[in-house]
Parts: sequence; structure tokens; C-alpha cells
Amino acid sequence: MIELLEVRKVFNMSKPNEFTALPSVSLKIAAHRVTVLKGPSGSGKTTLLSIMGCMARPTSGRIILHDREITSMPERFLTEIRRKTFGFIFQQFNLIKGITALENIMVPAYPTGEKRSQLRERAMSLLEVFSIEQKASARIEWLSGGEVQRVAIARALMNDPEVIVADEPTAHLDTKLSREFMETMLKLKGDGRTIVIASHDPIVYESNFVDKVVEMRDGAVVGTKESS
Amino acid sequence: MSRIEAQRNILDFTLSSLLRRKRKNAALILVYTLVVFLIASVMFFTHSIRKEASLVLKDAPEMVVQKLVAGRQDLIPLDYIEKIKGIKGIGSIKGRLWGYYFDPFFGANYTLMSPDDDRLPSGTIAIGEGIAKDRKVHAGDMVALNAYNGETMLFKVQEIFSAESALVSADLVLMSGDDLRDLFGIPKGNVTDLTLKVRNPRELGTIAQKIVQTLPDTRPITRDEILRTYDSIFNWRGGVIIVILFVAVISFFIFAWDRASGLGAEEKREIGILKAIGWETSDVILMKFWEGMVISFSSFLLGMLLAYAHVYFTSSLLFEPVLKGWSVIYPDFKLIPFIDAYQISTLFFLTVLPYTVSTIVPSWRAATIDPDLVMRT
Repeated sequence: MIELLEVRKVFNMSKPNEFTALPSVSLKIAAHRVTVLKGPSGSGKTTLLSIMGCMARPTSGRIILHDREITSMPERFLTEIRRKTFGFIFQQFNLIKGITALENIMVPAYPTGEKRSQLRERAMSLLEVFSIEQKASARIEWLSGGEVQRVAIARALMNDPEVIVADEPTAHLDTKLSREFMETMLKLKGDGRTIVIASHDPIVYESNFVDKVVEMRDGAVVGTKESS
Repeated sequence: MSRIEAQRNILDFTLSSLLRRKRKNAALILVYTLVVFLIASVMFFTHSIRKEASLVLKDAPEMVVQKLVAGRQDLIPLDYIEKIKGIKGIGSIKGRLWGYYFDPFFGANYTLMSPDDDRLPSGTIAIGEGIAKDRKVHAGDMVALNAYNGETMLFKVQEIFSAESALVSADLVLMSGDDLRDLFGIPKGNVTDLTLKVRNPRELGTIAQKIVQTLPDTRPITRDEILRTYDSIFNWRGGVIIVILFVAVISFFIFAWDRASGLGAEEKREIGILKAIGWETSDVILMKFWEGMVISFSSFLLGMLLAYAHVYFTSSLLFEPVLKGWSVIYPDFKLIPFIDAYQISTLFFLTVLPYTVSTIVPSWRAATIDPDLVMRT
């Protein structure tokens, strides 16, 4: 489904602080599978994830999504792909403070031009899926860690994406919440979604439903383990 | 349709964003409203006062002829009328008696005039509202004025009048010609100046030229010249204030730039999140545009309303001593509301537009950053 060919990413090019995050990475992400990018911090997991999710462009190399090369597409098209194809769950969850849980879930769909009533209905049903419908009108800063996590997942699902991209989702969660998160991922896999998670948490990469673990170090893929 | 819905959704989000930063936005609106209020007040005031002036001069004679002695205005002999009566194009000529009177007790300056008709018998006067209020006199009361020779003359107030414009009537005293001569010591056969009516206003220039040829010691002044003088005086006065306001506007922009455009870390992070979850750069800019519009437009409306109330309901309480006449008596001024689209659009382009742009530019810079930055914070 997603293919990265000799992707290279250099930050602060031609500046004294130039830094090569990914020297050359080639990788295939299969559809409807759970792939985990495993490695210590600074190994290039997040950079690879953001290139894969059309958030950043590679310095060189190619990205192919559904047999279509998207590397050199204009920003507008990349945004549209990002919106329609990917749902992001960030390390800090990155929800918007000061607005309600319901609004936070609706935000990704605002520019699509869908009617507000429809958006509201969909966001409410997502809140129900995660059993937090009673928190719909609560501000995000009033929610517990577990509730915030569920709102973040619900937001990622708002535009019904094919791919869920999660960057260190369990980094700030305790064991119970981390397991809860992985259970949700299992459900999403069951719905036929493709899941890519960057993590160095054993709860994530040792989960029995993970199909592929890509081990990274110093910006390079040093090993791949596929479950049978 | 979907584009309109998208706009609506983004506008909704903008409004809730504004409410989230209540304190910052309230401070912005407050300063903004104050600036609009000041500029709009000056605009309303100067426009209305110029309108008043033209109203006042509407019935003024088309031409006034003064006699000059050593470059200063002097009394003009009535027989001058005979000398210029024959000039072609002149409709009618009349002598006019008027002067200024300083009342040392009240510290006020009055304008004394003798009306064309004989409605005021000797020993009576008609006074403007300003004087009546200042001296606390009513119709029927007696008023004492000091004559040129030190004698005190008593006049009975026959009428207190209010003219269409308070600007002139406030400090005006009308009395019979004979009384005015006695008070100022103007000899019979002399008047203050002559007023002329012409048959064809286009010939004013030619007639003025002929008068100067016939009577080289006179100075003809046309109504248009007086109007221009008024115009420039009020413009100049407006100008002085506008210079002061210019400083206010500049400081406002520095404030606005600092408060509105210098995006805080939280706002930058939010823009990053929005981009990461699928907002386009144009959506972010649209949101910031709405944000700027809501703040500037509401401040604009509020400032305009306050300025309107200030100028037309409170008689320009704040500007009165600065902008109104030189006379010590300030007319109890009720300006005629006068607003035109040109004024409003000028103010709009001076305030709303620059502010909105000043909020968009830095947001655009923030919105064009790669959304992956949000993954690193």
C-alpha cells in the first residue's frame, strides 16, 4: 500500500547544523496490517512516520501510495491525501485546549465542507464507540489521561482514514492504558484499517496482532520481523 | 455549497478560538475601539462643523466691501454707495453696522450687529442663547453695556433667539443702528462695511475689480472667499487633531502588531496541529482572516457608534475646548448629524484593512511551516 524507495531526509541543509535523519530507507507497508517501527529515540522513527504520512517531504527518494507516486505533489494535494488517507495520533495527543472533546474530534473535518450537523453526529457516534459520550461537552483539559487518549483516537478516525499513524502513543500512558490503546488498535485492524505505530514500548511491538516489526537505528532499517 | 459550509465551519471554530483567548482579545478590542472612536469623532466633528459653516454663510451677502486705512479695516462712508451704485451688474448695496464688544465682567466677547429691518426699537436688544445663559438673563430683563465714552447704556432684552446654527447665534447681540452708533461712537454717515448683491454671480470677479478701480481704498470680499477661509480653518483645526491621531494610530499599529501578529507559542502549536490533521495553509489563513475581521469589524462598529454618540449626543465633550470657536462663550452646540459613505469607507480602509492584513501575514508564515514540526514538540 505504501512504499518508500531510498528515502533520504536531511534537516537544516547546507547549514552548520545540518543533520541527516534518514540516510536511505526503503520500506513497504502492507495494507490492513499492523506495522511497528521500533527503535531508540533518535533512530528516525518519527521522521519516517511523518514522511510516510505526507507531513514532510523527503530530501530525496520516492513515496508511492496505492501505486501512485506522491513525492512531488503540490502541497494542496498532499494535504488532501493526509486528510483523507491518514489519521494521526501524536505522542502528546496534541488536542486543542479550551474547546470541548466533541469539537476536538470535529476539527479535522471542518475544511471538508460537510454540514455541521452531520459532523456532529459522526463525532458523537465516535465518542459512543469509545464510551466517552458523556464527556462530549467537557473541555479537553478537564479529561483524564485515558479519556484524552480516546478523544485523540476518535479525532484520528473522524475523516474515516484507511491508515492510522501513531507516534509513540503509549509514551505517556501507564500499563493499563497502554494495553487499552493496543486493544483499540486491534479493533481498528479488525475494521480493515492499516496501522503504523512508531514505538519502543514492548507492550506495543510484542502485541500478538502486530504483523511486522521494523527495527531502526541511526536512521536506517537494521532488521525486519514479520509474524507468520 | 460545500465551500460555504467549510467557511461556516471555519468561522465557527474561529469564534470559539476568540473566546478561548478572552483577555488578549478584549484588550485588543478595547484599544482598537478607542482609536476608531477618536478618529471617527474628529471626522464627524469636522465634517459637521464645515457643514454648519456653509449653512451659516448660505444667507451671507455675495460680496462685502470694506474700507482700508493703512492696510487695516476702517469705517466706510455711506457716500461710497453712490460712487459704486452705477457699476453694471450690481443688484443692491446696503451699509452694515456691526462690531465686537468685550464684556470684562464675564470675560466674554460678543458680536454686535444691527439688523436690516427696524424690528428692534431703540433701547432694546435681541441676544443669542449663549449670552442669555452666561449672564442668566431672560426676555424682559435689562442688560448694561459700556459705551465707547465710558457711559453705561441700558438695554431691555426683547428676544432671545436661536439660529439654525448655534455657531453664530451664541454670542450675537442685535440692536438698532442708532444704539450701535451710540455704543461704539460710529459717526452718522459711516458704516462698518457694505454688502452687495449681484445680478449674475459669475460676474463677481469683474465687479470686484471695478469696485477697486473706482474706490482704490476698498477691499471687496466675496462669499466664496469667506467659505474657503472657514473651510481651511476647520480643516486646519481638523488637521491638527489628525496629526495627533496619526501618532495614536501608529502606536495602535505597534500594539496590534505585537499583540495580534506576534503569534504565541500556543497559537503556533495549534496551527501546526491543524495542518497535521488535514487543514490546508489556506484554511489556516482563512481562520486568521476571520479572526482579524471579527476583532477589527466589531471594534470599528463599536468605535463608530461611540463616536456618533460623543459628537452628536454629548456635543463632543472631549474636543469642545480644542475645536470650537475662539469666543469665550462656547455655544451649547448641537451639531447636525452628517455622515457620508466616503467618511465611513475611509475610516474602514484606515483601520479594518491594515489590522486584518497585519494578522494574516505572520499567520501565513506560521501556516507554511511543515506540519511535522508538531510531531517534534
